[in-house]
Amino acid sequence: MSEPIIQMKDVNKWFDDFQVLKNINLDVEKNKKIVVCGPSGSGKSTLIRCINRLEEHQEGQIIVDGNELSENTKNIEQIRAEVGMVFQQFNLFPHLSILDNCTLAPIWVKKLPKKEAEELAMKQLEKVQIGDQAFKYPGQLSGGQQQRCAIARALCMEPKIMLFDEPTSALDPEMIKEVLDAMVNLAKAGMTMIVVTHEMGFAKEVADEVIFMDEGMIVEKAETKEFFANPKSDRTKLFLSQIL
Amino acid sequence: MNKLNLLKPDLNNMNNYIYAGSFLLFISIFDVFLNAFFSLNVTSFLPQTISFILPLCFGLLGLHFIRIEFTGIKNLDLLNKHINTNNFNAILTLIIVFVIIKSIPPIMSWFIIDANIAGDTKDACTGSGACWTYIKIWLRRFVYGMYPNAEQWRINLSFISLLALGSVGYFATEKFKKYLTLYYVIIYPFIAFLFIFFFISGGPIFFEFSYGIIAFAVSIIVGFFIPKKFKAWYFLIVPIILYISLKYFFYYEETVDLGKLDGLNWVETGAWGGLSLTFIVSFFCLIFCFPVGMFLALGRRSALPAIRYISIGFIEFWRGVPLITVLFMSSVMFPMFLPEDFFMDKLVRVIIAISLFEAAYVAEVIRGGLQALPRGQYDAAKSLGMGYWKMHILVILPQALKLVIPGIANTFLALVKDTPLIFVVGLLELVGMLNLAKTNPDWLGYAMEGYVFAAIIFWIICYAMSKYSYNLEIKYKTER
Repeated sequence: MSEPIIQMKDVNKWFDDFQVLKNINLDVEKNKKIVVCGPSGSGKSTLIRCINRLEEHQEGQIIVDGNELSENTKNIEQIRAEVGMVFQQFNLFPHLSILDNCTLAPIWVKKLPKKEAEELAMKQLEKVQIGDQAFKYPGQLSGGQQQRCAIARALCMEPKIMLFDEPTSALDPEMIKEVLDAMVNLAKAGMTMIVVTHEMGFAKEVADEVIFMDEGMIVEKAETKEFFANPKSDRTKLFLSQIL
Repeated sequence: MNKLNLLKPDLNNMNNYIYAGSFLLFISIFDVFLNAFFSLNVTSFLPQTISFILPLCFGLLGLHFIRIEFTGIKNLDLLNKHINTNNFNAILTLIIVFVIIKSIPPIMSWFIIDANIAGDTKDACTGSGACWTYIKIWLRRFVYGMYPNAEQWRINLSFISLLALGSVGYFATEKFKKYLTLYYVIIYPFIAFLFIFFFISGGPIFFEFSYGIIAFAVSIIVGFFIPKKFKAWYFLIVPIILYISLKYFFYYEETVDLGKLDGLNWVETGAWGGLSLTFIVSFFCLIFCFPVGMFLALGRRSALPAIRYISIGFIEFWRGVPLITVLFMSSVMFPMFLPEDFFMDKLVRVIIAISLFEAAYVAEVIRGGLQALPRGQYDAAKSLGMGYWKMHILVILPQALKLVIPGIANTFLALVKDTPLIFVVGLLELVGMLNLAKTNPDWLGYAMEGYVFAAIIFWIICYAMSKYSYNLEIKYKTER
């Protein structure tokens, strides 16, 4: 057993009076794929946004790749650069072309030479099969293409961990597959991934572990097969019966 | 032939209606035309009210007759669809057309037909129209203020050079495109400042300007042979050393003092004026207020309370004070707080005052743009490892500024039109010079011409600016 790359110990978080995360304990080992599911408002997104400190937690410890995240963390940008993130709403930069979207951070944050960054970006875009769209603007692409571009953009930073925040929820059913395919390929390449999704098919195919959350707590955490075959808690059973 | 129903023109008798309608419409417009241009009242035999209203009735009837749907005549259909949709719109259209026709002759006669432009004195103006002689004689004053006639080429040369330097963006090749922002934001204003400060102001100080040019040129030429590794250091240090050594070891100023070299005469800023001053003040205020406003806008949204409250206080203070008070304070109160021997030119004080004043407005406009951006853009930039400045410069500001181009153009236009207020500190730009000229005993009574002239000039400047901003909007438009 290697040292977990993400450790969360007794994490609590409040939005004003409302407690969104309650006593979260989670260890993620390198190269593991974790799927987080649960009803809306259960704190799934907040959980993974805490991992790259887009949200601040109030209590407990979050340790990412040996660095503890707290108010005193000086190198938060460096940690974020190691943690790629893909959002529900794509969040591409609409004023830049697809290629520039992908090269912006490598050039300015990692200080790669422009040429190298462009080669890397093209390689990643080819991997998600939108190499031919590189010179278009985000507004000219379909949702599925935009989301694949967002994946490529995150990969251009060569992160150690990838976080997916409901990557397919804003897409047409037809486009979901192309995005999931890209994610499956990424998983097969050995990336450490935490995916918030309702795509149970994806979970069955790639996940090592599935976490079920409700009301800010981790209700159930189990190996994928175990999770789907015989869920332990009643809440999980209810949830699974509704979405499968 | 179908029966004619005069109340409901239809397609069956289309030709009859169109001929009758056009004829009536023509008569009504022709009557107004004769009345306006030749003072002929064809219907004078009728009582005055009826004679007055008759063209309107004819025109209305005519428009009513030609209001037939789907005639197949393209222009007529367009007319019916957009202007002649019902009787009320027809009346409005007719009234507008009549007012335009009526107002052409007096305007034409005032501007051109009865106007005078010949001669050099007031006596030349005999006509009842405008006296453009007045503008002609005073034009130099309106453009250059009290700047000595013999030295005005300096202003011309500076403005032409700055215009030429400003247009390099159009000719820049792909290779130099990436430096354009740097050029326009930092280098160009600096060159403009050098021109204005040393060249238009002049004096022995002019030679410092030439040292600067020499140092700059020499260091650039030598710079080509410097290895890339040291280039940044080289350009940081060498020009300054060169400039200082030129200044302190060659002592050209002594030669100037001895009268061996004629420098440019010094012209104090109090003598500057007219349109050129309008340009100078507007130009520098525009350039300074923009970055200051941008930092204020960012400061107002900062997470650090100290910076946020300072920004809020600054913005609310400047927005709460009238510009005229600010200018007055800058010229009367400000020097009282300064040490005795510290002197700051009136023009510089005015430019700083207007810049800070407008910066508060620009800040609020830009803040509007920042708030319009979805939070996801911040999240995405952060998750890629960008810090505060990289996130704002690379992702947030380019989008926010694009959104607020109309608002910024608004503020800038207001700024240009506020410049006449600098008369309160004794600086006379275009409008100030007009006010001065109209009180000249030799030229009393021509205020109207002056103000019309100023209005036209200001309109041209502002229209050009608004066109430019519109073009920028189109250029940077991308789909979201």
